[in-house]
Amino acid sequence: MGRIVLKKVTKSFGETQVIPPLDLTIEDGEFAVFVGPSGCGKSTLLRMIAGLEDLTSGDIEIDNEIVTDVPPSKRGLAMVFQSYALYPHMTVRKNIGFPLRMEKLSQSEIDKRVETAATSLNLLDYLDRKPGQLSGGQRQRVAIGRAIVRDPSAFLFDEPLSNLDAALRVGMRLEISEMHERMKTTMIYVTHDQVEAMTMANKIVVLQAGVIEQVGSPLDLYHRPQNLFVAGFIGSPKMNLFSGPEAEKFGAHTIGIRPEHTDVSMTEGAWEGRVGVAEHLGSDTFIHVHETGLTDMFTVRRAGDITVKHGDKIFLTPQTDKIHKFDKNGLRIE
Amino acid sequence: MAIVAQTSKFSTYGRPVLAWGVGLLFFFPIFWMVLTSFKTDADAVKPEFLFFFTPTLENYANMTQNYDYWRFATNSVITSVFATLFSLAVGIPAAYAMAFNPSRGTKDVLMWMLSTKMLPAAAVLYPMTFLTKSMGLFDTHFLIIIVLSLINLPIVVWMLFTYFKEIPKDIIEAAKMDGVNTWGEIKEILIPLAWGGIASTALLTFIFCWNEAYWTVRLTTIDAATLSKLIEGNRAPEGLFFGRLSAVSTAAVGPIVVLGWFCQKQLVQGLTFGAVK
Repeated sequence: MGRIVLKKVTKSFGETQVIPPLDLTIEDGEFAVFVGPSGCGKSTLLRMIAGLEDLTSGDIEIDNEIVTDVPPSKRGLAMVFQSYALYPHMTVRKNIGFPLRMEKLSQSEIDKRVETAATSLNLLDYLDRKPGQLSGGQRQRVAIGRAIVRDPSAFLFDEPLSNLDAALRVGMRLEISEMHERMKTTMIYVTHDQVEAMTMANKIVVLQAGVIEQVGSPLDLYHRPQNLFVAGFIGSPKMNLFSGPEAEKFGAHTIGIRPEHTDVSMTEGAWEGRVGVAEHLGSDTFIHVHETGLTDMFTVRRAGDITVKHGDKIFLTPQTDKIHKFDKNGLRIE
Repeated sequence: MAIVAQTSKFSTYGRPVLAWGVGLLFFFPIFWMVLTSFKTDADAVKPEFLFFFTPTLENYANMTQNYDYWRFATNSVITSVFATLFSLAVGIPAAYAMAFNPSRGTKDVLMWMLSTKMLPAAAVLYPMTFLTKSMGLFDTHFLIIIVLSLINLPIVVWMLFTYFKEIPKDIIEAAKMDGVNTWGEIKEILIPLAWGGIASTALLTFIFCWNEAYWTVRLTTIDAATLSKLIEGNRAPEGLFFGRLSAVSTAAVGPIVVLGWFCQKQLVQGLTFGAVK
């Protein structure tokens, strides 16, 4: 079981309040991702759940038990750190078995569970090496191994993939997602990478300056961002957001149009502009359009076979049913 | 170009010469002392016998026969070993707390501890003497162990703090998450990871304890008297017995020089405060 409830949780460092009162429930078995720009308090929040950071006020419950004053070692959670935080003086086998040894399990039980974890993470050949002799990806696997051996009630991940190169990151992302499908254990994952958030989460928690901007499923956030911050943060390339007379035509202070919800034509359309850079990714083409009079740069996403070049005149037409409207305060208008 | 050429000439010839020069300068007094210890007291003061003389073991024989060198040496070993262990036992948890759970006052505490080293020992000599005598602690191993520990604690805590700071905080936090309590963190993670630093701290402390003279000479008479006291005792009253004094001194520093020789690497690391890895 791993249902985690935060009740009116706050955190201040000295005079500075980094997390104003915050409520959040993470259901058992959920894959929750905390996402937001750096300094938004997402790691602090995770560390508070872990018990590595004290709460200034409020309470944390795990499975209906208040754990606010319970030390990290007694909360039954496992954590994977960005820096891997392996024990450099121990072999991979000892690293993975360490939490079990601390639980005072028998050596045969420890060996058995270490073997099982190592098998599922493809680490069998490396069990007798020290962390220093492993690559970044392997180290991260060991860190995950150390977390899974002891069947925690929830896993906490603190930007676990940001030290890996891009290709490895995609691979590990899939592995962690598969692990979640298999184990069905609650996972809380902190990242600043919204692609990771979108691809892995059941529930995304978007944070900014310690405040939850929106909580929802990835597609919920994508299709119905509740405010301008979420609209701009979720989605890559970013949603095109602009205010002014063109926005008012749609009865909104600001409107947002996703790059893929814009039709283009070389001859006619709602708005005229000039092609800046066209990025051909093969499957898609991102066209960055200038001089539209709407925003500095309007990004359009089209199929890969479109051929436009720098300086071309281009016409843009939004798919009106896909337009996101926001009021003066930046909140969504239905 | 000229500068580059000059620098390289200096590093090829100048630097070794300079290094050897400084090395010999430091080594000479010790060499002289060892040399003198093999001279008779009469020869020891004659300049013409500086390097060339008939060596004798008379001084060493005299020392073990008349002064019971081994009792002093045993006292030195007992007090130095236990003082080192005690200051580590207090210093490790203290440095751990300050390195990994610093509070607003941590820096001040560190500075304050160092400031106790600024107090002239002479200023507390009389209170210390009277106090220890009235408490019945004067000339006991216990007293010397406590005094040596307290003298060295600031430097022990400072050194260990510097080493512990080099251990990533994440590793300690990972251990917390893995179900380890505070003692476990120290035993399973901190001590193995900072082993080199702890060893060099221990070694330096041991050397400082071994060589300490101010308090060991003044707070002991016979029972807890260390080698420092033995040297002191061979000094003034009977006049200029340089041969004998040198033999006693050589025998006093001998063990520590041998120890230092075998632990050179640790020592250098310790003296550079962990900067050399």
